[in-house]
Amino acid sequence: MYDIKAMYEASSVADAVKLRQQHPEAVILAGGSDVLIKIREGKLAGREMISIYGLDELRGVHLEEDGTLVIGSLTSFSHITADPLIQEHIGVLGEAVDMVGGPQIRAIGTIGGNTCNGVTSADSASTLFAWDAQIELTGPDGVRILPIAQFYLGAGKTDIRPGEIQTSIRIPKKSYEGYKGFYIKYGMRRAMEIATTGCSVNVKLSDDKKTLEDLRIGFGVAAPVPIRAVKTEEKFRKAALSADLADQIGEAVLEDVTPRDSWRASKDLRLHLCQTLAKDAFCEAVKRSGGELA
Amino acid sequence: MSNRQFKMVTCTINGKERTAMVDVRASLTDMLRNDYSLTSVKKGCEVGECGACAVIIDGECFNSCIYMAIWADGKNITTLEGLTGPKGELSDLQQAFVDETAIQCGFCTPGFILEAETILQKGKIYTDDELRKLLSGHLCRCTGYDNILRAVRKTMYRRQGLPIPPEEDGEER
Repeated sequence: MYDIKAMYEASSVADAVKLRQQHPEAVILAGGSDVLIKIREGKLAGREMISIYGLDELRGVHLEEDGTLVIGSLTSFSHITADPLIQEHIGVLGEAVDMVGGPQIRAIGTIGGNTCNGVTSADSASTLFAWDAQIELTGPDGVRILPIAQFYLGAGKTDIRPGEIQTSIRIPKKSYEGYKGFYIKYGMRRAMEIATTGCSVNVKLSDDKKTLEDLRIGFGVAAPVPIRAVKTEEKFRKAALSADLADQIGEAVLEDVTPRDSWRASKDLRLHLCQTLAKDAFCEAVKRSGGELA
Repeated sequence: MSNRQFKMVTCTINGKERTAMVDVRASLTDMLRNDYSLTSVKKGCEVGECGACAVIIDGECFNSCIYMAIWADGKNITTLEGLTGPKGELSDLQQAFVDETAIQCGFCTPGFILEAETILQKGKIYTDDELRKLLSGHLCRCTGYDNILRAVRKTMYRRQGLPIPPEEDGEER
């Protein structure tokens, strides 16, 4: 039995919005793999809950006419990994969320919950940052879409306004077309683990595979929220592929990241990881794109 | 509690349609154990880490301790009791767990067997490393996992009608 003050079950997105307005103090319950544990720990004990788990309209992946890939916020990690559209267009997201927790956690955990809880270690977040994902929120005044980087306001804090729920994650065609990516999660054990640091790199090569047309580097646990290595990306966009390019990129990301000491790992280890993971993920992404770093 | 909240939950459990009035604060573990006496569903960590409470819901394995009972409405649920025959005969997978000594205290066993059942129902042959990953959401403090892996592997080959190959040399772990 959970210590819950009251449970409101939403029957539709519109109903969820209404419940959010009627019960502004209530916690949104999606898959529950974070919220229910926080109730057990006492942090969210005795609160009202709005359960949106039953909203099947928020499950599944589809392509819009303009090629935008839309992932319903309640789509579970296991379903994202198994989805043919994800595998075809942004396979690295399926690989990244296949590293969350263990199999049963991936069956219940949702991509919406993983982003809405605002934690920097979320395995989906660094990859969604690397894909320039957009967050769709539905509220009393309709739908609002914003870039994922603006959605994160601070550690554990996201821009979900009163009356709103997150309804989908959108990846525009221009963000994924021609790009290949790779995600590396560094953890102390292989399952049921939170990333010590994670890095997701996307690259787009020129037609002759000699030049880096574009590069996007997303990090988890390299700062209080997931981040992009903006300075590094700027510096190496249009760079020619060369043998020491990966090393240079690894060096450069140290200017972008600001990890801290925590009980999980020291700042020094995380800095080392940022450098190494960026370098390794970049090499793999180039390989997947058919390029050579000779 | 003065104003307790209840919901009527109807679902299929081990092939039979069942209905119960459940407290909205109950987990699925609570409902299966208290309302239906299905005590193979173990209360372990109760925070979704150990896998002892795992059940199959619509073909996928979930930790019932972090699944609200009210979400079970309309779902098809299988617990370990659902794998045995009408007279309590063990399934091939359960028998393999016995034969391979994949059970010691038995607390993790229902979860492991249900997870293995969902894996084997895919009808594929997995490598040992793949099986380890697929079984990684369950903790066993007795067996050291090798016998469990052996039991699952053996049943996987048998169900495909294939000879059981010699064990792979596991990498250091």
